[in-house]
Amino acid sequence: MGKRTIIPFGPQHPVLPEPIHLDLVMEDETVVEAIPSIGYIHRGLEKLVEKKDFIEYVYVAERICGICSFMHGMGYCQSVEHGMGLEIPRRAEYLRTIWAELSRIHSHLLWLGLLADGFGFESLFMHSWRIREKILDIFEATTGGRVIFSVCKVGGTRRDMSNDTLKDIVKTLTNMEAEVKELCDVFVEDYTVKSRTVGVGVLTKQEAHDLGAVGPMGRASGLPSDMRLLGYAAYDDLDFEPIIETAGDSYARTVVRIREIYQAIDLIKQAAAKIPDGEISVKVTGVPNAEIFERLEQPRGEVIYYTKGIGTKFLERVRVRTPTFANVPPMIKTLQGCDLADVPILILTIDPCISCTER
Amino acid sequence: MGVFKIGKMIISSMFNKPATLMYPVIARVYTPITRGHIDIAMDGCIFCGICSKRCPTHAIVVEKPTKEWSIARLQCIQCNCCVEVCPTKCLAMANTYSPSVTERSMDTFVQAPKEDVPKAVVDATTDTPTA
Repeated sequence: MGKRTIIPFGPQHPVLPEPIHLDLVMEDETVVEAIPSIGYIHRGLEKLVEKKDFIEYVYVAERICGICSFMHGMGYCQSVEHGMGLEIPRRAEYLRTIWAELSRIHSHLLWLGLLADGFGFESLFMHSWRIREKILDIFEATTGGRVIFSVCKVGGTRRDMSNDTLKDIVKTLTNMEAEVKELCDVFVEDYTVKSRTVGVGVLTKQEAHDLGAVGPMGRASGLPSDMRLLGYAAYDDLDFEPIIETAGDSYARTVVRIREIYQAIDLIKQAAAKIPDGEISVKVTGVPNAEIFERLEQPRGEVIYYTKGIGTKFLERVRVRTPTFANVPPMIKTLQGCDLADVPILILTIDPCISCTER
Repeated sequence: MGVFKIGKMIISSMFNKPATLMYPVIARVYTPITRGHIDIAMDGCIFCGICSKRCPTHAIVVEKPTKEWSIARLQCIQCNCCVEVCPTKCLAMANTYSPSVTERSMDTFVQAPKEDVPKAVVDATTDTPTA
């Protein structure tokens, strides 16, 4: 056994988009153990539920994270709606699905860019974000915001999309598909990129199950867990299969996310073809008076929303279990025994969102 | 094969437009619904205060006695709530983002006195000497 040294990694590090701290216990160049610590970006958003009523809290929920902002708003609204027994119009559910899938595309493209930046391929990073910009433009045209959309509300959605807009979105996505393919071929086929991802940070199916990996992290190890199969929003009408890879290494995680971009494009096309006409919201009467767990599939994995209403307009408790929090133990597992040079890639492949985790 | 790929990319990059906008020489085009900042047409305001009550961040202050409507630009989250609830539709969401500021302050708008009121006063004053 060589001499052990501890290298502090983060919270400020060029490869980290958000602050997380790791103490890496090293033996020569090999990581023996990684000890994570979080708490650098806590904002107390769950506590705010005492000051904002259940309708206003949507705006707070959306601000938990800047990347999956729509899905946080959607998860909160769904849990409150279920707690109040509200039946929202079918069109609103379809609109939510479309925005959620667009968020997935934008999040995965952002992540691909960050990964490319992580192994030093800067032009690939720029190309990923160039394509992502088109999705942000769609968001701006349909919701009025590029990052915070404010379109989800308890009881439905606040904005509608005309059928022409839907056609335009489908057209843009069809054109984008070729560009995405050109971009993703580099991640999938390029020798240099593969040398950094293939066989790095293998997580077996059993380990993924035992450590509770969620989302693309679990699916890359062969765990068939996809919360969209629960059929919330309009997913029960859409035809899709969870994307599963079995290798469990960084390459498999990249491939899962790339295939999910195509899947999301396909789901939006299906939703745009099937969307019914009608109202987009219902009037909300009464106050929530129930305890509800709601599970959603975010780009990063399964998110759990827990809301407890006590018959007043202020909820007693809101709790969010975010996918990154669930994926930290698998990340620590993959870090054990890896090279120091691979640490950034391994941290990035769980697609960490520390703002979500700490709220 | 790599040579062909990079060759194709170089040639297309030579003739393609740049992917970024040459800001500020070329101004950015906003969509019609881009949420930039709140604008108010003071003439239409009836100082009902609904916008102030519904604002989730309490950014709007309405003073009926002095006919003042103020907004804290840094507090406003551009959620469009006030625009939706305004009964006289005098609030609007403008496309451009609000300009940078150096301190936290309120943007205050004061409603000008109604046209007919000063006229009546002027008439009364001009009328009195002649009469």
